[in-house]
Amino acid sequence: MTDHLIVNATLPGGEVADLVLRDGVIASLGAETAAPRDGVALETHDARGLIALPGLVDLHTHLREPGREDAETVETGTAAAARGGFTAVHAMANTDPVADTAGVVEQVWRLGTEAGHCDVQPVGAVTVGLGGERLAELGAMADSAARVRVFSDDGKCVADPALMRRALEYVRAFDGVVAQHAQEPRLTEGAQMNEGELSGRLGLQGWPAVAEEAIIARDCLLAAHVGSRLHVCHVSTAGSVEIVRWAKQKGWDVTAEACPHHLLLTDELAATYDPTYKVNPPLRSAEDVAALRAGLADGTIDVVATDHAPHPHEDKDCEWPAAAFGMTGLETALSVVQATMVDTGMLDWAGVAERMSAAPARIGRLGGHGRPLAVGEPANITLYDPSAVRTVDETRTASLSRNTPYRGMELPGRVVATFLRGRPTVLDGELV
Amino acid sequence: MRRHLLSAADLSRDDAELVLATAQELRSLADRPIKKLPALRGRTVVNLFFEDSTRTRISFEAAAKRLSADVINFAAKGSSVSKGESLKDTALTLEAMGADAVVCRHWASGAPHRLATAGWSRSCVVNAGDGTHEHPTQALLDAFTLQRHLGTSSGGLDGRRVAIVGDVLHSRVARSNALLLRTLGAEVTLVAPPTLLPYGVESWGVETSYDLDAVLPKTDAVMMLRVQRERMNASYFPTVREYSRRYGLDGRRMAKLAEHAIVMHPGPMVRGMEITADVADSDRSVIVEQVTNGVAVRMAVLYLLLGGSEPAIAGVPEAGGAR
Amino acid sequence: MPAPTPEPEQGTDPEASSSLGRVVLDVAAVNRALTRIAHEVLERNRGAQDVVLLGIPTRGVPLAHRVAARIAEVEDVVVPVGALDVTMYRDDLRMRPARALLPTDIPPGGIDGRTVVLVDDVLYSGRTIRAALDAMNDVGRPAAVQLAVLVDRGHRELPIRADFVGKNLPTSTHEKVAVRLSELDDEAEGVTIR
Repeated sequence: MTDHLIVNATLPGGEVADLVLRDGVIASLGAETAAPRDGVALETHDARGLIALPGLVDLHTHLREPGREDAETVETGTAAAARGGFTAVHAMANTDPVADTAGVVEQVWRLGTEAGHCDVQPVGAVTVGLGGERLAELGAMADSAARVRVFSDDGKCVADPALMRRALEYVRAFDGVVAQHAQEPRLTEGAQMNEGELSGRLGLQGWPAVAEEAIIARDCLLAAHVGSRLHVCHVSTAGSVEIVRWAKQKGWDVTAEACPHHLLLTDELAATYDPTYKVNPPLRSAEDVAALRAGLADGTIDVVATDHAPHPHEDKDCEWPAAAFGMTGLETALSVVQATMVDTGMLDWAGVAERMSAAPARIGRLGGHGRPLAVGEPANITLYDPSAVRTVDETRTASLSRNTPYRGMELPGRVVATFLRGRPTVLDGELV
Repeated sequence: MRRHLLSAADLSRDDAELVLATAQELRSLADRPIKKLPALRGRTVVNLFFEDSTRTRISFEAAAKRLSADVINFAAKGSSVSKGESLKDTALTLEAMGADAVVCRHWASGAPHRLATAGWSRSCVVNAGDGTHEHPTQALLDAFTLQRHLGTSSGGLDGRRVAIVGDVLHSRVARSNALLLRTLGAEVTLVAPPTLLPYGVESWGVETSYDLDAVLPKTDAVMMLRVQRERMNASYFPTVREYSRRYGLDGRRMAKLAEHAIVMHPGPMVRGMEITADVADSDRSVIVEQVTNGVAVRMAVLYLLLGGSEPAIAGVPEAGGAR
Repeated sequence: MPAPTPEPEQGTDPEASSSLGRVVLDVAAVNRALTRIAHEVLERNRGAQDVVLLGIPTRGVPLAHRVAARIAEVEDVVVPVGALDVTMYRDDLRMRPARALLPTDIPPGGIDGRTVVLVDDVLYSGRTIRAALDAMNDVGRPAAVQLAVLVDRGHRELPIRADFVGKNLPTSTHEKVAVRLSELDDEAEGVTIR
């Protein structure tokens, strides 16, 4: 195993330091230069001008395997994650078969280990087959080799309030959390885009904000009532931010995530009828975008999660109502956060480290991730050049899919290197 | 190059007036012994219908044939439930066959827009009704009919009051008419129960009302929209009887209209639901004339888009750009 | 996109009206020419019994009406007057943006079995008249067709000649001939060359 010396990296707090990565941990941190150990190579990386962040953790990734290997595999999805600066991703359960048994989650977990680009932490389904009717064997998944702690029917809402209550209660036994896809199904039948002035004009069925907010409010009340943890996936509306803020003020154990695309893009893009911009929950108004940014800045929203949702070309190269929901996001997340939060002065790099590494690791109970950059901590590190500028080219991706909404857009920043427990997975922006 | 008619919003007032003036000339063709003009000889017009609509298809077919175009009818299966034939593959096929224009009817809002801008085809695209979005040639024929009956001395519709009544929410006819009639200077009032008005309709620049009886005496034309019975099951209104009582046009209501006012319907009618038979067949009704005018207006659109080296009307921004 | 303007007969140029150019027919000369054409039509057809005048828009139409009025003065007979738009029959239709149509107005009696006198302002390449013959073909079958023009400026590209000519005007192809009529134009009536 090679040791690594990173020189002149700027830590999230702003201080410049050299880091020695040895045996999977940060062996030293400071200005002193490390001498090579006997028989162990020492590779030096010049990180002048680069930010060193604790390896990013995604709470919300669709790796599509098993079942839709034409859209993404664990191998390609985690490669994209590493290129985006991630050292761990939570793989959502809406695969085929659904990750609702110990067998499936262990399979996904093992595929992640074999790929080796980043840690894959499977998310377990809350209900059997995402059917919303019976609880899946949550305990078996928790006890499996995959050690599942996050449970979600993402893609579908656990709409039945009694079932949601039971799930919230049940996962307490193993310190789990239910991550809710908040979408009232009856209010969103056939929904295609944000319900607003534009949906009326375009004749596309609206997805009203209230359909998200009503579920979040209900779930916050339920979580408070039974004293459980609740995590809210992809918060997209100003009203949702308001409700989460209220729940936190009450002292309830509620966390929430926002997606990069909801921090940058608005529903105006639907006017192109280009399904690249079709996502669930949908792109919202500029006011919603502003509220999400403010919520992320003040900590109401704990986490930025990608909701990376790869789709094969044919599922997007069609009529809008026939197209699949979702956008890729792993390789652009940090750049979008820089553009929307850092460059606007709403969040510093320490804040980015908290929202994109520490908080998601904490919520997912991933002990080995999201740790501060300190001696003895796991050497999960992302080196990021905030001064770079790039034009997004959808063909230059490690993902199998190309449905990025940022195609042709100029975004700031570039992930230069990613280290997973002291081993580089990405160097000079390319996979190792 | 601008070469499509996808939305009534694509038409400036000059564009719209040119279409109507052209249609006016072409309408007289129906009275001539030879109902044919050579303008589109050698051009191929494809009627691409992903949704059954015999009357619209026949109207476009007659229009294209009277202009001497070759017409290919392509009825593709596929609904919102079963995705069926891919629009893209169909477009590529038509492109390979050398279609100069594709007249597209589709269940999906925005499908003609995709056809025009996704880079699948270079044909000129005419929206013949897409989902719950728009039906611009229907609006043009309605405007043409209105102009013949109510036109100002300048031929415009300035200050004329038109009430559009019924299921505005699901109506592509209402959307296109609201846009076009406003462009032509008319004052539009949408009349429907609140459940059947689109979210955000306040921004459309038209009046809205829930009270048909209050609107009728002030209107110069009343356009009744089809209301599907199935809407009742989704609780848009409680019963057919209640709907008809509040928003249907019967003889008693028609009596509230001004002397000169006309009654329109884009068809197909649900007699007994939104309109009674005696109203539909009365001399106030111009419903049959609308059909005749449809051919002339569609001829005008096809001629202006295809007749010259480049289209004389309408267009959309280049692909990819948000509007 | 602005509406396309009606296509003037080749060789005329309304733009030139501001800078007038050389006057080749003034208002009195135009009137004399039309009077002579009216007499010639009557002579050629031994009266005006079966004559129908069809003006080619734009300027052929008022000219046709003026000829009809003179015929009425001389013979006390009302000659049917109509308009025949040739836009869709033009052989250069595909070479320019689609053009607005101009009115076609066939008199109630139709043209079957009648003697149609086509009336236009300037005869140049002859292509407009060819289009008019095609257009007429779709309207009916006249017994005979004759052509009356205010100005014949030469340079024919098709085997077409006028039966009645107000003035033969030798021109070169780069010159522009403009006809202005009081019914349509603000400027002084007359024919100019530039």
